Amino acid sequence: MSDASLAPAASPRARRSLMETDAHTAKRNAAEKRFRLYGVAAICAGLFFLVVLLTSILGNGLSAFQQTFITTQVFLDPAKLDKAGNRDPDDIRKVSTFGYTPLIQNAVFEEVTSRNIETPLDSAKDMKALISASAAAQVRDFVIANPDRIGETVEFRILAASRVDGYLKDRVFREDVARDKNIDAEHLDLTDALVSAGVIAKQFNTSFIFGSDASESRAESAGLGVSMLGSFFMMLVVLVLALPIGVAASIYLEEFAPQNRFTDLIEVNISNLAAVPSIVFGILGLAVFIQFAHLPQSAPIVGGLVLTLMTLPTIIISTRASLKSVPPSIRDAALGVGASKMQAVFHHVLPLAMPGILTGTIIGLAQALGETAPLLLIGMVGYIATNYPDGFVSGFMDPNSAMPAQIYEWAKRADPAYYERAWGGIIILLVFLLTMNLIAILLRRRFERRW
Amino acid sequence: MSVKLSVSALAIAAVSATTAAARDNVQVAGSSTVLPYASIVAEAFGENFEFPTPVVESGGSSAGLKRFCEGVGENTIDIANASRAIREREIAVCAENGVSDIIEVRIGYDGIVFASQIDGPDFVAFEPSDWFLALAENIVVDGEIVANPNMTWADVNADLPAVEIAAFIPGTKHGTREVFEEKVLLQGCEDTGAMQAMIDGGMSEDDAEHACMSVRTDGKSVDIDGDYTETLARIDSNSEGVGVFGLAFYENNTDTLKVATMSGVAPSTETISTGEYPVSRPLFFYIKKAHIGVIPGLKEFASFFVADEIAGPDGPLAEYGLVSDPELAATQAMIEAEETMGEGM
Repeated sequence: MSDASLAPAASPRARRSLMETDAHTAKRNAAEKRFRLYGVAAICAGLFFLVVLLTSILGNGLSAFQQTFITTQVFLDPAKLDKAGNRDPDDIRKVSTFGYTPLIQNAVFEEVTSRNIETPLDSAKDMKALISASAAAQVRDFVIANPDRIGETVEFRILAASRVDGYLKDRVFREDVARDKNIDAEHLDLTDALVSAGVIAKQFNTSFIFGSDASESRAESAGLGVSMLGSFFMMLVVLVLALPIGVAASIYLEEFAPQNRFTDLIEVNISNLAAVPSIVFGILGLAVFIQFAHLPQSAPIVGGLVLTLMTLPTIIISTRASLKSVPPSIRDAALGVGASKMQAVFHHVLPLAMPGILTGTIIGLAQALGETAPLLLIGMVGYIATNYPDGFVSGFMDPNSAMPAQIYEWAKRADPAYYERAWGGIIILLVFLLTMNLIAILLRRRFERRW
Repeated sequence: MSVKLSVSALAIAAVSATTAAARDNVQVAGSSTVLPYASIVAEAFGENFEFPTPVVESGGSSAGLKRFCEGVGENTIDIANASRAIREREIAVCAENGVSDIIEVRIGYDGIVFASQIDGPDFVAFEPSDWFLALAENIVVDGEIVANPNMTWADVNADLPAVEIAAFIPGTKHGTREVFEEKVLLQGCEDTGAMQAMIDGGMSEDDAEHACMSVRTDGKSVDIDGDYTETLARIDSNSEGVGVFGLAFYENNTDTLKVATMSGVAPSTETISTGEYPVSRPLFFYIKKAHIGVIPGLKEFASFFVADEIAGPDGPLAEYGLVSDPELAATQAMIEAEETMGEGM
């Protein structure tokens, strides 16, 4: 707008006070107000979705941290567990978990009869629906570890079956069990009676956090622990490979490389690589690491390598950004007092850029930790996370899953009890991600220098 | 510098460890229908034996058999699960890659059920012909082959509810699809006389069969390529939908699903084992004989899988929904003798 066009309007405006808003100003003010409202509305919408997300995650998943246990006295019958009577570990091992099941059923039935609970279920076999199939293995492991306790009555805290657990968590309802072949109303009555007698109780479930995956028929004993280790070893691979490679590449590109078409091309490609969908890296990993290099399937080392490829661009980009933010005067000063280029970079620029590099690395790791898609293709989904690794090397080489892959696996299993565990797994994963992001923020706050 | 040196040392150590140490766990992959059973067996196997718990991956029968046929060696799987028998073509691919001795093990039978939302419309009884008339691409009306005009289930059969056809059937990569096509669509095609009409109209028998099994593509029938949980989610959000499930999945979700009879027979482990319920299929797993003795625990795992206490009528697999095989003893003897396909047949 030129002064000439304003000139005719100038005469009426001159008579007005500045305190009085004219129509044009009012319009501009209204536009600003509207824009602020849009902003507030956008933030409110975001907050609303966050609240919905968090409540649904917590509402569905918190119950996974509680599990129903039965406390019972099991008589370790020598006639069944050690027929030869010589306490020979090899003979004791021959008794399979199927041999232990009746002992546990007897023990729970004993709890019922000794308390004079009235129930139409009048045999030890009827207790089967209450008890998790994992109980037999728990008692067997105890007996193999302590053969001298055979013949004694030992107190065990065993898992209740997932339907019983679901009933106490309001997931299984009385009206639904009529057609359920796993449990019936009489067992629910008995459960109520045993809860008031204190035999069955919900307790904090550490094995959900530290335990291993379980088969479809015993959702109650599944845990995230082994896949957490799988994720840990993958992150170790990512850290050990992506950090040095990424930092070396960015230092070279930023400080030493000549500016020409070739380096421009590399630069553009690194930015493009950061936007490549992660499933592409999965296919690449399958073709290169498993089919060509013959690394073992489902192993965290392959997962780690694939995620390294995925994380590298993130680390390179953030490292270059933090190297760029170190002022040139630092380099000039170092070169001025006679340092070589390499000394200037390693003694002066790199330490100053370190907080930014670390933040970028941690955020890259957090991104890799939550990644599932490439893991589907290299065989890390299925019934895998069951054996704790024996040591450091086996941690990389033995088949394992990863936290997000395990959650995905749980979410597609038939038993509704697994649905709850999938949400619980999400809570654990989120805790890890939040912690990593928090560390990144703290590092930045503490060490970052402004120029 | 020292950091980088130790990194490369670590990488070298890791790679050399792979070549040195033999794989000590059994690896299984294949059908997602067999996966629950295999995981139950693998868990019990890990508990009762000194061997580590086998690894069971899913991915579908065809994908599993493809990996199975990649070759012999530690980098290939030992066992492929399948919800259908291995095909001639697959055996040929296997043989090309050096996998010539395959042991076929039938673990039992699985039923395919037709279920809908528990509070949804009254789907109580189906006939194969209903499904053919509802889902086929072309049907025969008054002797003419026409594109399927049926829009509601009542158009198909007056006894069925008058709601839009919305069927969720397994996608083509599932073994279940094959059984659905053969035992439901083809059967329905024959029952309605459409097949005969097509042959009379000049089609060869193969073409007619193919035409019978082609499913309409106008959105009335939806292929589900994921697992049954995805089918369940579709049924949950569409009260008029009907889905195809495995018997075991249905039995774990009786609080949300109701099942319809097929040809007047309700699906259950009993009706399937007697053969009364028409839509059932055998489940298999395939073992590489070359791996027995090389991979520790492989034979033990296979024998344990079909042992009476596991796969028998009172075992945990039957409890989960598997219909146990009456000829289990023969299967056990076959594994004991390591009898491959083609031998003793």
